[in-house]
Amino acid sequence: MKIGRVAGNVVSTINHPFFDSQRLMICDLIGPDGEPLGGYTIAVDTVDAGVGDMVLIIDEGNSARQMFGLTTGPIRAVIAGIIDSIDMA
Amino acid sequence: MQLGRVTGTVVATVKTEGLEGIKFLVVQPLDKHEKPVGKPLIAADAVSMAGPGELVYFVASREAAEALEPRFVPVDHAIVGIVDQVSA
Repeated sequence: MKIGRVAGNVVSTINHPFFDSQRLMICDLIGPDGEPLGGYTIAVDTVDAGVGDMVLIIDEGNSARQMFGLTTGPIRAVIAGIIDSIDMA
Repeated sequence: MQLGRVTGTVVATVKTEGLEGIKFLVVQPLDKHEKPVGKPLIAADAVSMAGPGELVYFVASREAAEALEPRFVPVDHAIVGIVDQVSA
């Protein structure tokens, strides 16, 4: 899984049927200290994350499809949790 | 998924089995501020409505093959949505 920070969202009406009524969030990929890693991903939101939230992102297709009860579907990145804090040893 | 801008269309008459009828577009990947990053790629149009100039989002690898009907045609990038609005 990856750590991200929600930076915004994407709105679309013409899309693959899977994305009908899904919330798509733009997430900057960050390290455990919150530093940007330089990339971003557009992830499907399952936890009502908001802009600025630190989130846990699943970036693997089969797990993502499983979360939606699907065996097929063009989905890979999913926000699976909102991170409260990370403690580093 | 990543944002991209459609910058062209690809015409290929001779295609491998499974790719008949699929539209291919040239897509420039973008960062979240819609600035170009990396090199252009060719993506299958899974919404059948994307065209040059449009802001889209696309998937790669296995998810691209999942996006098309019938499934598992040999593609490595597919456009799965046309963006109306993006905030970041």
